[in-house]
Amino acid sequence: MPTSRSIESDRETLAFSRGSRVDQSLPDATPVIDLSGLRFAWDPGAAPILVIESLRIDAGERVFLQGASGSGKSTLLALLAGVVVAQGGQVRVLGTDLADLSPAARDRFRADHTGMIFQMFNLVPYLSVLENVLLPCDFSPRRRARAEARGGSPRAEALRLLASLGLDGPQLLARQPAQLSVGQQQRVAAARALVGAPELVIADEPTSALDADRRDAFLDLLFRECARESTTLLLVSHDAALAPRFDRRIAFADINATAVRSTAA
Amino acid sequence: MIAVLALRSLRHRRATAALTVLSIALSVFLLLAIERLREEAREGFAATVSGTDLIVGARTSGVHLLLATVFHVGEAGSGLRWSSYRALAGHPSVAWTVPLTLGDSHRGFRVVGTTEGFFEHYRYGRAVALAISSGRIFAGPREAVLGAETARRLGYAPGSNLVLAHGSGDDGFMPHADRPFRVSGILAPTGTPVDRTVLVSLEDIDALHAPERIAQSDDPLAAALMAAEPTAEASRTITAFLVGLRTRTSALSMQRAVNTFPDEPLTAILPAATLQEVWALVGVAEQALRAVSIMAVVVGLAGMLVALLTGIAERRREMAILRSVGARPSQVFALVAGEAAALTLTGVIVGAVVLHVALPLARPWLASRIGLVVGGVWPSVLEWQLMALVFVAGSLVGILPAWRLYRHSVADGLSVRT
Repeated sequence: MPTSRSIESDRETLAFSRGSRVDQSLPDATPVIDLSGLRFAWDPGAAPILVIESLRIDAGERVFLQGASGSGKSTLLALLAGVVVAQGGQVRVLGTDLADLSPAARDRFRADHTGMIFQMFNLVPYLSVLENVLLPCDFSPRRRARAEARGGSPRAEALRLLASLGLDGPQLLARQPAQLSVGQQQRVAAARALVGAPELVIADEPTSALDADRRDAFLDLLFRECARESTTLLLVSHDAALAPRFDRRIAFADINATAVRSTAA
Repeated sequence: MIAVLALRSLRHRRATAALTVLSIALSVFLLLAIERLREEAREGFAATVSGTDLIVGARTSGVHLLLATVFHVGEAGSGLRWSSYRALAGHPSVAWTVPLTLGDSHRGFRVVGTTEGFFEHYRYGRAVALAISSGRIFAGPREAVLGAETARRLGYAPGSNLVLAHGSGDDGFMPHADRPFRVSGILAPTGTPVDRTVLVSLEDIDALHAPERIAQSDDPLAAALMAAEPTAEASRTITAFLVGLRTRTSALSMQRAVNTFPDEPLTAILPAATLQEVWALVGVAEQALRAVSIMAVVVGLAGMLVALLTGIAERRREMAILRSVGARPSQVFALVAGEAAALTLTGVIVGAVVLHVALPLARPWLASRIGLVVGGVWPSVLEWQLMALVFVAGSLVGILPAWRLYRHSVADGLSVRT
């Protein structure tokens, strides 16, 4: 389809031009994440556990969101992924208000634009390493097309990503996830989050299961790959030691009004 | 995509999946096998006697007459006079008649006195005639033709001698030891009660019973005289006779003619109709068999349900991962429901294939031991329906775990809260 290809190449150009001014956020550029007046409660009647008046993250930023476990960080990530919807306020991702989309469209939007890395259990146990990395391309034609544009084929792009994350060799790729070390699993998860160049990568405590050396190596790889596509990275962790490596550090307690209130009480 | 994932997931859990398929396959095998045997048993039963339009005996209930004359169950009761038989045999609509005299036995096998006409006219199954597998039919005095099972169980061959007894017990009582019989031939298996009979001529039955009456007179001369002479046909009684009509449409009017026969009270039955009546009595057992096979399917599907439900806890993480890469909750549902459907389908196919491989192997055994002639390799319409029913039931069973995982995946989102 020529039209979609031209849109695609426009985006490529856009992404490239953004890449040249990494870490700079221009006021007129559409923010990748833009929250305003956010209210969220798991039960509609209950007091909100999440109240965020404003949060803006621009394209290409590497943001560290620090917060204690159980503070509602994971809920914020679920909101950003469009898995749950806020009762009040706006959650805009790449300029799209997720509340305007149907549940199915939100799932599609997530598949197209967001890569996710969890703390543990990132991989589907019955798929090989390569198949796990290719999963987003199975659910998103856009990611598939973009992976194809970069590597020649989704498979080649997945292999390139895995190799650049230090995972190669046919035996390794054919392995089931259970046969990998935790560090290897996290790198596979990173490759899956990055394949097809989504605009946003969200990582929820991705290094918690790793020792200090492996943690630093993992972050190095993640930063390098995000920089390649000027991908916006939002990493959530309780571990303040990670903070210095990021462009911006946000304390979750500072942006979540309920957290402030409960500390004050 | 979801189908591929479902298959990969099943392959990953192949031990559980194989056990589930096995239990479904076994239950489907049982269901189809019982259904097939039931069907064949019913058909075989209905075809125990075919080509006979009426069975006529002394006045009694139709079921009793059928059981006594065809199945040799119960006592034959009082007989009918030879003159009545002759009169009815001469009726213009009658094509042929075969007289039967019951009441004697040989080591637990019923003795049937009849004529050569029995071998000519008796039909079973789809109008199959009796066939001699070795020897020949009785021709001279004191010759007997054995049913296949009689010969096999008692180890007789043409030329063997046997002694008949009056009555139907294991050894009977009052053995006619003075008049041994010689086996002239053995019938091929039919799967009907004929297999368990000893067939002799009416004249031999007459001769067997004649001396008994005389022996009590204590007059050696009279006894010798009577024994030398065959009993007069006029004084003979028979148990019943089979009737073939010239046209089947005259069956009802002929039945009426017999039932209103003026010389003595008689009963005529249409064997097919009375067989149906008897089968209705057996129908309870038939339903019980079917209930058992349905229970087997329920158990098989319950096994799958348990396997799927116990897998839910560990699969919640897997579903969160799939959700994170863009799977919709409905796709999570389809994944689990699809697995259940695939397991059931495989189980149904395996069960059906095993049955259709096993059937030809079991056929000779079934035919010789149980007398069931199981034909047909392809599933009948009913069997297709049963298989479809099991598949639908299995797919419905999958809805419960699919729905629960769907609910979980909606609630869990990307992080599994336990």
